[in-house]
Amino acid sequence: MLAAQIEGIGFWAPGLPSWQAARDFIRTGSLAADAPRRPSPQLLPPNERRRTPDTVAIALDVALAACHAAGRDPATLPSVFASTHGDHAITDYMCETLAREPRTVSPTRFHNSVHNAASGYWTIGTRSHRPATAISALDASFAQGLLEALLQLAAGEEAVLLAAYDGNANGPVGRQWHSKGLLAGALLLSQSGAETGPVLQAELVDGVPPPADGPLSRHAGSNAMAPMLPLFEALAHGAPAAVALAAGPGRVLSVTLLPGAAAMESVDA
Amino acid sequence: MPATLKQRPPLAIRAHTATTALGRGREAQAEALATRRGGLRRNDFPTTAPGETPLDCWIGRVDGIEDSPLPAELADWECRNNRLAWLALQQDGIDAAVADAIDRYGATRVALVVGTSTSSIGATEEAYARLQPDADGNLHFPPDLARPGIHTPHSLGAFVQQATGARGPCVTVATACSSSAKVFVQAARLIDAGLADAALVGGVDTLCGSVLFGFNALQLVSTSPCRPFDAHRNGLSLGEAGGFALLERSSSIDDGDATLKLCGYGESSDGHHMSAPHPEGLGARLAMEDALARAGIDASQLGYLNLHGTATPANDSIEAMVVAALFPSALHASSTKGWTGHTLGAAGIVESVFALIALERGLLPGTLNSSAPDPACGPQIRFDNAEREVRHAMNNSFGFGGNNCSLVFGKV
Repeated sequence: MLAAQIEGIGFWAPGLPSWQAARDFIRTGSLAADAPRRPSPQLLPPNERRRTPDTVAIALDVALAACHAAGRDPATLPSVFASTHGDHAITDYMCETLAREPRTVSPTRFHNSVHNAASGYWTIGTRSHRPATAISALDASFAQGLLEALLQLAAGEEAVLLAAYDGNANGPVGRQWHSKGLLAGALLLSQSGAETGPVLQAELVDGVPPPADGPLSRHAGSNAMAPMLPLFEALAHGAPAAVALAAGPGRVLSVTLLPGAAAMESVDA
Repeated sequence: MPATLKQRPPLAIRAHTATTALGRGREAQAEALATRRGGLRRNDFPTTAPGETPLDCWIGRVDGIEDSPLPAELADWECRNNRLAWLALQQDGIDAAVADAIDRYGATRVALVVGTSTSSIGATEEAYARLQPDADGNLHFPPDLARPGIHTPHSLGAFVQQATGARGPCVTVATACSSSAKVFVQAARLIDAGLADAALVGGVDTLCGSVLFGFNALQLVSTSPCRPFDAHRNGLSLGEAGGFALLERSSSIDDGDATLKLCGYGESSDGHHMSAPHPEGLGARLAMEDALARAGIDASQLGYLNLHGTATPANDSIEAMVVAALFPSALHASSTKGWTGHTLGAAGIVESVFALIALERGLLPGTLNSSAPDPACGPQIRFDNAEREVRHAMNNSFGFGGNNCSLVFGKV
């Protein structure tokens, strides 16, 4: 059984620009007043904040929020970035330009087109020399990212950052894959964190996830990263819970949430 | 090195293969390396834009992909990248080794971790060149390319999953040019933690407009065959390739045929720039040092180092500087990109197979096309081939975003 303490959480969805806003929404059904259309990633120099792709902006925002919530220095953390499709706006731009005027491809758009753009900007912005990875696994992207973060803890890392995100599907490629709005979530996972943080245990089993019908899933369920939302809903409720996350065809990552550090000692690792 | 770094038991490499511009399978790679037969040709890769000529450059193109359709039952996955994945799976007994692992352990105990930088974006590019308007004027992919599975980064992983029948954790790593080196690391963690008994790792990347015109936009593409570490190097040559390896716990092998091992790995970030290396090579040094430490060897025990060595002016001098600082002058280090071109997300698996060929056959490749040593590079950088037995070999793979991975292989 893999396990971790959850020290910090970051979240972003339309109208819900923080984890606090998401928890308030679950309790009251109200969106945050005057929420910005997208975050302004504080890690980047001011002149890059507006130009950076939406997907990078939300990923950096939730990653930093999770680190701040945990009181951890981002530069010390290995990181796992999970995204189903990367940035559709850039894919649309690249393919459209290549079909017309390939010799005019923008060098900046090209280097932003790599799937690890967000993780690259993260390590550059935090001046981190720790390992970073970027993965994709269709609707299992979040579960596989969580699994990789848990495996890094099992391999001896003290704390690992997980950030998961997807953006709006654009252009003709967006008619192949429907993904609406911006959605991102981050978890700061550790072997032994604050006494009060919830503990997460996980194992891979056969099965299919039940239909997601919680408030966050109804609000942001049309984004490609929506399969992560049942876990964030369970975290918001703060009670012991079991969640089945899509982990591939016919497979789920079965996650149990337990309150407090005492649960960590009962883990048979 | 982080205080938490644990040494780990070596993993057995039960099968391994590469398919590149040099040919299909390991024998073709070894023969071309030994005879210094390069695989680069003038760029003849068609563009998707009407009337646009190919860029003036050299490429490492795999022959025959156009004539190798996928089997009918996998036709939903048709695209250049998955075709190359399928070709690579048919070489050197990889498919049989995966089937055998599934038989022995069960399908849910065999993991799939594959790396790519572009996956099947070439198919998406083609769809954009043939868009069709509907009654409302919205543009759609042509029916033959309206297959969502090939228009997403996980196309490669999902295809390999269906092609092999393995049901363990399945993930596509996309950290640009370090992708299919990092798959070894992720698989090692899966096996060490007991989530899998075996893992198929590998990577596939195919030529497409995005990489050819993208690297050209960054002014990193040479108009002549690339010359890694040559004083007059002026850019890279792009290539395509696919390769795989099957990893298992060493203790699970009781026969004598699995003498090749993954002994150690190191991962790091430059924390510096999206497309330029750290000026002091800090990330590269951390990755190599961690890989040696996890393997439990010191620098003098390394017999061969396959360098990232892209033949761009900055990458090579910085990598050579770090190698000169870390290793004795007796080390034989080389870049094989003059043979294959830079195969991007597949470079990690291809050059790991080259490191394994060095261990298996005592064949240490030099650096093809290069003739004028750069005085900034140390004596470790070799242009000529050598033959001698080595017990440990390393592969470096560094990617965009300053994403680094070094792997140490051994013959035990």
